[in-house]
Amino acid sequence: MPSLALLGQSLLSGIFVGALYGLLGLGLSLAWGLLGQINLAHFALAVLGAYLTYQLAAAGLDPFLTLAAILPAFFLLGIALHWLFARFAVSVFNSLLITFGLTVIIEAGIQWIWSADFRRLESHYTDIRYRVAGLYVPLPELLTLVLAIALSLGLWAALRYTDFGKAIRASAEDQAMAQAFGVNAKALALLLSGVAAALAGVAGLCVALSYTLAPSQIYAWVGVVFAVVMLGGLGSALGPLVAGIVIGVSEAITMALTAPSWAPLVSFSLLIALLVLRPEKL
Amino acid sequence: MRTLGALAAAGVLLAFVPALKLPAFYETFLYLIFHWIVLATSWNILSGYSGYFSFGHGAFFGIGMYTTATLSTKANLPFLGTLPLGAALAALLGVALGAIVFRAGRMRGELFALLTLAVSYVLATIILNTPIDGGPGVSLSAVAIPAIGPSPPSTFYLLALALAVVTLAIAYQVQRASLGRGLFAIHDDEDVAEVLGVPTYRYKLAALAISCALAGIAGGIHALFVNYVTVGETFSIVVPLSVVLMSVLGGARHWAGPAIGAAIITALLYAFTASNYAVAGRAAVGLILIVVILFLPQGVLGQVLRWAQRRAPKPKGSGLATARAEAPIQDLTPLLSATGVRKAFAGVQALAGVDLTVRRGEILGLVGPNGSGKSTLINVISGHYRADAGRIVFAGADIERLTAHRIARLGIARTYQIPRPFAHLTVLENVTLPAMFGHATLDRADAEREAWRWLEFTRLAAKATALPGELNLHQRKFLELARALAARPQLLLLDEVLSGLTPTEIDGAIALVKEIRAQGASIVFVEHVMRAVMELADRIVVLSYGSVIAEGGPAEVMERGEVVEAYLGKAHA
Repeated sequence: MPSLALLGQSLLSGIFVGALYGLLGLGLSLAWGLLGQINLAHFALAVLGAYLTYQLAAAGLDPFLTLAAILPAFFLLGIALHWLFARFAVSVFNSLLITFGLTVIIEAGIQWIWSADFRRLESHYTDIRYRVAGLYVPLPELLTLVLAIALSLGLWAALRYTDFGKAIRASAEDQAMAQAFGVNAKALALLLSGVAAALAGVAGLCVALSYTLAPSQIYAWVGVVFAVVMLGGLGSALGPLVAGIVIGVSEAITMALTAPSWAPLVSFSLLIALLVLRPEKL
Repeated sequence: MRTLGALAAAGVLLAFVPALKLPAFYETFLYLIFHWIVLATSWNILSGYSGYFSFGHGAFFGIGMYTTATLSTKANLPFLGTLPLGAALAALLGVALGAIVFRAGRMRGELFALLTLAVSYVLATIILNTPIDGGPGVSLSAVAIPAIGPSPPSTFYLLALALAVVTLAIAYQVQRASLGRGLFAIHDDEDVAEVLGVPTYRYKLAALAISCALAGIAGGIHALFVNYVTVGETFSIVVPLSVVLMSVLGGARHWAGPAIGAAIITALLYAFTASNYAVAGRAAVGLILIVVILFLPQGVLGQVLRWAQRRAPKPKGSGLATARAEAPIQDLTPLLSATGVRKAFAGVQALAGVDLTVRRGEILGLVGPNGSGKSTLINVISGHYRADAGRIVFAGADIERLTAHRIARLGIARTYQIPRPFAHLTVLENVTLPAMFGHATLDRADAEREAWRWLEFTRLAAKATALPGELNLHQRKFLELARALAARPQLLLLDEVLSGLTPTEIDGAIALVKEIRAQGASIVFVEHVMRAVMELADRIVVLSYGSVIAEGGPAEVMERGEVVEAYLGKAHA
């Protein structure tokens, strides 16, 4: 049995890694649930964003300031992607295949520009750690958690209370009907796709702050974040964060009690159980 | 048969390649092509045919790899002896997974894809953490390579060649057999396939078993080929995504499509890698995938076949259109009797204890206002829904607990109010299917003749090679009818076949229904067009709020006060 301090520390790291799962899952979940696009390239975009942060920060920019360039660019990319899907009336399933193609292209691009070697962002955030109640709290992870909570809550409120959010949810449910009531569903869908891609940019910043970068990192989170998205409920803004933290914490406890390599079993067993027992919930 | 012969001949010819004494590099390159042909084709037998895309092919392949790796190193079994065991284990896992997943009925495609992906992660985790692998991987360098060819590379080449030929032959046979027909129908509309008599659950499991077993053998061979098996390489996302890409590129609706895709992609990647542009090669593959899905959704082979089909002259009818002139057997014995049938949906009582009898040879008009439960009753009788309570006896057998395809085989056929043809099958194939799977259960050739007959009966013979999307509403309604008739049902459930037709078309349809009855089928006729009901029905049953409120002769029933009330509301005079 591990000590209490160790358990507390792994609980905390579970929350932090869960926040990143949630942040990665947020854009994915919104695009899937509200636009019917399963964007596998979301992970490639996030890693691309991380590399861009790394590159711009290496040029002397504060990592957070790099968002000023990355977010608008990713926003436009998201719009372009959905425009393509709408133009060719791509089915949900084919969106998965197309974005896989896109993933492979982005991965090749990253490898071509930055090589397959590991890269690490060095910034003044990296080494700051606080000590709270006997536990170490690293600043980059803390910032990830804060960002994930703020963005999830913000988007949840926007979808629930603003006219914009109501219009988006209405057209997700029945686009023709929403259009008959004067909702410009096409423009809203483009906008939402842009927001989802921009969220990948934010997740990329968090990845760059806390992780060593390699092109293969794209595939590291695919499985677990898909599990998070499905457990959290498609199209939900708060679901991914909650499910992410639940999975992150369960993984961390599993690692502390057994061995780190058993961790993937947690999320996928949960996902399989859900898919088999409650498929109607998805 | 000609195709199988050609396949075997090509296999025999290629088996002489080692005799040419080419540099080993050629044999290795060809091995890889055959290896991917097996994986892509085996994936396609399940996923391309039935439309359930699996992302778990890596898991089944991995089971084969680790079975061979474990048994040949730790149990000292001969390498060739481990291959069938790997195949059996992979098939077992596939069928077990299918039995759990499909038990609950149909499953959304993208959920099935993710589920199978999750299964491979779980499997990888278990293998990594148990003595099967334990982390460092398994080396097979001590395992003897059987001396099938003159050198190890030619042995692998011959093994993969043999497996590729067998796999392609199986894929071809499955596509032509009723299994393939059924899977293609499942791909387009699983509910309708089941109602027409396709045993969808069993077929999906059969496809899974074949697909997984072949992947398992390919894995076993590959384990010895790579000589060192690791979890990271075996269960990486590369295998499932490559087979999807190859099949989609080549054409997933044809047995030979994935093989073409596999050859193209493998050669392409090899060429780029050999010329030190591996990264560019991968990007090119990604780009090809996007372009193919957007512009060639049927794949290379699918597109070529489509062009060829356009050019080919349209086949004529078989001239077998002489309708059976059987005398209508109208007696008063009940063919179907329902007693106390109840069905509720989330609190709404759609059927509140329906009693109803259909006599042999009669046309029973089933009428009632919208929402009175007519369509629900048809769905319950045909087995699409299971009744909450009550008994349904058809031709002496209790059917209320049977699955829809069993009921179809017993001799009940139905049409849908909104036509639901199989979108990717031609009109002829649409009608052939129920003749193969329905009450008649004919073999393919007879079923096709039967289908021609009903196409001519419904005046659709000229459209036999068209896809349903090319038909107008009137023709689609008649296609529904032809499909139901080709099953040679004893009882035909017609759900609003006339809605949306013009008055002239209605006259034609009424004449058709009369002819059908003249051939001996009993008919339950759900309809809102009262003129047709009055003209056709021998008896009428009126439903309202899920209960029978009146039954009897047409004219008499429609004049009753409670019937008029159910349609028009109470008079407040």
